[in-house]
Amino acid sequence: MSDSFVNDSIEASVSKSRILAVLEKVCDPEIPTLSILDLGILRDVICHPKHLEVVITPTYCGCPAMKTIEFDVIRALDDAGYKEVKVTMQLAPPWTTDWISKRGRAMLLKEGIAPPVESKDSLGQGIECPRCTSHDVSLISVFGSTACKSLYRCGSCFEPFDYFKCH
Amino acid sequence: MNKNHYRYVLRLGDNALILGQRMTEWCGHSPLLEEDIAMANCALDHVGRARLLLSYAAELEGEGRSEDDLAFVRSDREFENFLLCELPIGDYAFTMARQYLLDTYHYHLFTELVSSSDETLSAIAQKAIKETTYHMDRSRDWVLRLGDGSEESHERMQVALEGMWNYTEELFERDPVDVQMIAEAIGPDPEWLHSKWQADINATIKKATLSVPEKKWSLSGGRNGLHTEAMGHLLSEMQHLQRTYPGLSW
Ligand SMILES: [Zn+2]
Repeated sequence: MSDSFVNDSIEASVSKSRILAVLEKVCDPEIPTLSILDLGILRDVICHPKHLEVVITPTYCGCPAMKTIEFDVIRALDDAGYKEVKVTMQLAPPWTTDWISKRGRAMLLKEGIAPPVESKDSLGQGIECPRCTSHDVSLISVFGSTACKSLYRCGSCFEPFDYFKCH
Repeated sequence: MNKNHYRYVLRLGDNALILGQRMTEWCGHSPLLEEDIAMANCALDHVGRARLLLSYAAELEGEGRSEDDLAFVRSDREFENFLLCELPIGDYAFTMARQYLLDTYHYHLFTELVSSSDETLSAIAQKAIKETTYHMDRSRDWVLRLGDGSEESHERMQVALEGMWNYTEELFERDPVDVQMIAEAIGPDPEWLHSKWQADINATIKKATLSVPEKKWSLSGGRNGLHTEAMGHLLSEMQHLQRTYPGLSW
């Protein structure tokens, strides 16, 4: 198996896309429909001669999900037959919400979490209620159920909701 | 091993760890539910930052110690955090005033460390500066709300600032560790940080209708392992599990 992990070969690119297909099923434990690819925390997959290296980056310094994600990556690849896997943590460049994919944003919305708006300095500007799409929203707390979210309230349907804040 | 480089990173890690530990004491006790969550969020960022820094310190030391060894089996004389970080939490005014003074300090420090010649430290700073900005916005907001609030909240915020003011000089001391870090372009000059910090703090205090406390005396020693009485109590709680069951792991 390990012989196929040779860079610059057709075999390598085939195995890399297979690996990505496996990793696509590893999700953020807090948002179980959002994969680590769509969240933008998977930075690289490197095929070494004897092992696979999966490079991930944390969202926030204190993100308690990173260890779980590391185990989930190893378990998923192990199930797919990749026995020698090393997960490494890369800090720079730091993760940004700009790395969340289009599909990831759609997944957030489906979970009732307003996806981050593009502009950097916005606290309230352009945020849409995930339930009724109203823009009449107000901030309750910058710090929501996890560090990456803020808590808002909709002025139209009066429901509170999480906003995945720009970072 | 470069002993000064190790100590510089260790001090940064100890500040994050000890302050983070203090912040966790509010978990379940904050005055508002939103505040409870916010405080726990920020505490996690501090502990996460401490993990990155202490892992790196252990690597620089090169004696096979881990982040956990540094956090959980050192004694108080081996910790090199600022005394300000270890002071008991007091009331919410005291807690938020301390957060604000230290968030502002870290904001300027990390801004500078982003361009450190030490790539690992720069990577950690690039990560930490983002969340420090949120932390500072929140703690500044509380200084303003309480300072420019009711008679009682104003009074409590003023008392809080007076109570910690004599510990702030330690943040800007310069010893041989700092001198070497400046020379190697690893860390900024504390004097420069002091001027940036002072300008921000003065502006906020004024806006909050409070007054800048007078410096009557100054206490320091934390960076050389000489701590207040509060430190031993903090460690006995934080290190309880590893001291009782050495080597215990998940
Ligand atoms: Zn709504």
